[in-house]
Amino acid sequence: MKRSLLVLTVLCLLLGLSVPALADGHCMDELGCVEVGPDDPIIIGAMLSLSGATSFYGEDSLGGVELAILGRDGMLLGREVIVVEEDSLCSAEGGQAAAQRVAADESIVGVIGTTCSGAAQGAMPIISEAGMLMISSSNTSPRLTNDDADAGGTYYPGYFRTAHNDLFQGAMGARFAVEVLKAGAVATIHDGDPYTEGLAVVMANEFAGRNGDVVFQGAVSKGDTDMSAILTEIAASEPDVVYLPVFVPESEFIVSQAANTPGLEDAVMMTADGSFSATFAQNTGAAAVGVYMTGPHVSGEAYDAFLELWAEEQPGGTAAPPSGFHAHAYDGANLLMNAIEAVAEEMDDGTLVIGRQALRDAMQAVEDYEGLTGTLTCREDSPFNGDCATGTALAVFEIGEAQVDEGAWPPPIVWDLSMSMAGDA
Amino acid sequence: MFKWKTDEFSWVDFTIDVLRVLIVLGVVVGAWNTLSSGRITLAQWVNLFAAGLSQGSIYALIALGYTLVYGILLMINFAHGEVFMAGAFSTVFLAEAFNRTGFLNDQPLLAIPLMIMFAGLVSMTVAILLERVAYRPLRGSPRLVPLITAIGASFFLQYTFRGLYGSGFKAYPQVKILQGAISLGGINIPIVQIFVFFSALALMLCLYWLVERTRIGKAMRAVSENKEVARLMGIDIDFVIMFTFGVGGFLAGSAGVINGVFRPQGVNFFMGFIPGIKAFTAAVLGGIGNIPGAMLGGLFLGVIEAIGPNLVLAGLGIPGANQLKDVIAFTMLVLVLIFRPQGILGERLSEKKA
Repeated sequence: MKRSLLVLTVLCLLLGLSVPALADGHCMDELGCVEVGPDDPIIIGAMLSLSGATSFYGEDSLGGVELAILGRDGMLLGREVIVVEEDSLCSAEGGQAAAQRVAADESIVGVIGTTCSGAAQGAMPIISEAGMLMISSSNTSPRLTNDDADAGGTYYPGYFRTAHNDLFQGAMGARFAVEVLKAGAVATIHDGDPYTEGLAVVMANEFAGRNGDVVFQGAVSKGDTDMSAILTEIAASEPDVVYLPVFVPESEFIVSQAANTPGLEDAVMMTADGSFSATFAQNTGAAAVGVYMTGPHVSGEAYDAFLELWAEEQPGGTAAPPSGFHAHAYDGANLLMNAIEAVAEEMDDGTLVIGRQALRDAMQAVEDYEGLTGTLTCREDSPFNGDCATGTALAVFEIGEAQVDEGAWPPPIVWDLSMSMAGDA
Repeated sequence: MFKWKTDEFSWVDFTIDVLRVLIVLGVVVGAWNTLSSGRITLAQWVNLFAAGLSQGSIYALIALGYTLVYGILLMINFAHGEVFMAGAFSTVFLAEAFNRTGFLNDQPLLAIPLMIMFAGLVSMTVAILLERVAYRPLRGSPRLVPLITAIGASFFLQYTFRGLYGSGFKAYPQVKILQGAISLGGINIPIVQIFVFFSALALMLCLYWLVERTRIGKAMRAVSENKEVARLMGIDIDFVIMFTFGVGGFLAGSAGVINGVFRPQGVNFFMGFIPGIKAFTAAVLGGIGNIPGAMLGGLFLGVIEAIGPNLVLAGLGIPGANQLKDVIAFTMLVLVLIFRPQGILGERLSEKKA
C-alpha cells in the first residue's frame, strides 16, 4: 500500500516536471505548435468545393496543390507531404462543417481553401480560432480581407489568398464596359452569395464612377431555373450591358433565356470568374456566343511549363485544368510550404516543431515572391489584409463558337488588363 | 346556452374576411400601379404569359402523378419529384449521344419522342419499384406511415442517382429546329415554348383518353371509387395500383424530357425537389384527386408564378420581386387551403372518403 503510493507520487512528480519541460523545450509559440514526429508526414488540409455545380473549381485548385507538392518530389524537410481533402461545398454551412473537421485534426499544419467566398465566411472563424492559417486560391470577395465590420468586412487573422480581390475584377469589368463596349447603362444581377454580391456592387460603383448609368440592381436565388421575371424587369430598364457575376448553373439559365427575352436582343452579357469553365459555354449553347467574361489570366514561361506538367501528370484525370485558379493554388501551396520550411525547427529527437503564429508571420512577411501568377507580396492594410495577389492576373475573354461547339478552353482574350490597369490600380 | 354568441361572431371568420379584403386590395393596387406605369410592354407580358404556360404544363404533367396516386390510395407520394428526376437525369445521356451522332438535329421528330419514351420508361420503372418496395407493404397502415416512407424514399432516390451519375450538373443539348421564335402580330413567341405546351397537352389528352375510354381506365376509376367493391367485381387491385403508379411515372419522365428541351441546364440529382413541390401545389390548387384539376392547377400556377412578381409585387414597390416567385406559389397554396380547401375544381371524393 505504502509502496504503491510512493510509486504514484514519484510518477506524478515526473509527469509534472516533464510536461512543462517539454513545452518549454519545444514550443514557444503563443498559438501553439504542430509537432511532427520523426517518421510522420507533414499534413496540409485542402478545403475545396469537390462536389456539386462548382466542383470543377475545387478539382482545378486541387490539381495545382498536387503539382506544387510534386514539384518538390512530394517531400518537405525530409518528410512526405500529405494532402487531406475536405469538401467545403460552395456555401457557408459547407465551409463551417469542413473547417470543424480540419480544426479537430491538430496534425494539420495549414489549409489551402476554400473555393467559394461564402464557404470561407463559414470556415474562417473556426480556422482562425484554432490558430491555423488558410490560403485561398479562388476566394475573391472583398469582404474577406476587409477588417472594417461596419463596411461588411469579415477578416480573420490567419486568412490569406492568392486569388485577386474583386475590387480589381469589378473595376476591370466596369472599365471594359465603359471604354471598350461604350456602354452607357448597366444592369447587375447577383445571387446572394457574398462573392457575387460583392462583385456586382463593386462593378456598379465603378461604372457609376465613370459616369455610367446603373439602371437595375437585382438578384436571383440559387436554384432558380426560370429567369423570365427578372429578365423582363431588366429589359424594361433598357441596359446596354447586363453584368451577371453569378455561378453556374444560374448564369447558364440567365444567358440562354435572355436570348428569348424581348428587349434584351441587343444587350451585351458579361459574366465573371464564377462561370469560368468550359461547361458554361457548352451547357448554355448558342446563346453563349458573344458573352464576355472577366476571369483569371496567367501567362509566362513558368506557366507554360506548369501546363505541360499538368498534361503529363493529369491530376484529377483531366488533360487540361478545368478552370482558371490552378496557378493560384500552385502559388498558395508553395507559399505555405516555404513558410513551413522557414519556421519549422527540428528537435534532437527528430521531431519537427512548427509554431502556428510563426507560420502566420512568415506568410505575412512574404515579399516579392516570384510565383506563376506574378510577383506576390502579402499585404496587411485593410481592405487588403492577407491579399497576396497582384490583382493584375486578369483578363476579359469572349466566348465564341469554338467554346460552345468543341469545348475549347480558355476562350480568346479580347482585352488585357495589365497594360490598362497600370494607371489606376 | 351561450351558443348564439359563437354563431353571430367568430374571430376566425373575421380574420379570414379581413385577409380576403387585404389580398384583393393588394393585388388590385399592385396590378394598377404596374399597368399604369407602362414599364412593361404588351410584348413582354405576352412573353411572360407564354413562358408561364410552358412552365405550367410541365408542372401539370408532374401534378398528374400526384393526383392519380392520391385518387386511388389517398396518399401523397412525396417521392414523385424524384421519379421526374430519374427520367430527366437518365435521358440526358441518351440526348448527348443523339446529339453527338447528329441524330437529334437530323431527325428531331423521331429523336425527341424516343427520348420521351426512354425517360418515361425509366421513371415508370422507378415508380413501380417504389410502389412495390416502399408502399405496398405499408398499405392499410395509418396514413402518416406511407407519407413518412415517401420522404425517406425521396432521399433514397436522390442519393442513389447521385451515386449513379455523380453530383455535377449536366445540360440537355439544344435542338436546332426549336430555336428562334415565330411572330404573331408583332409579338415573338419562342418556338420551344409552343412545342412544350402542345406536347404536354398531347400527353394529357392521351391520359384523359386512357382513364375515360379504356378498360383499364375504368378499372382505375372503380378502384378509386371503392376498393372492396372493385375487388368483388373481379378487378386485380394490386395490378391497377401498380399501373397507376406506372402511368404517373411515365408522365413525370416525359415531363423530364420536355423540361430538358425547355430549360436545358441544371440537370442534377436534386433537380426533382422544387418541381415536385410545385407540382404538388398545383395538384392541391386544382383539387387533388381530380385529373382535369391537376392540369388546370399546373397551368394556373405556372402563369401566376411568371406574371405575379412583375404584375403585383413590383407594383407594390417590393424590391427583388423576381426572387419572391416561390413565395407567390406557396402563398397560393396557403390561400387555397384557407379559402377553398377542395381546390379550384374540387377534390373528387366519394362520400365515404370525405
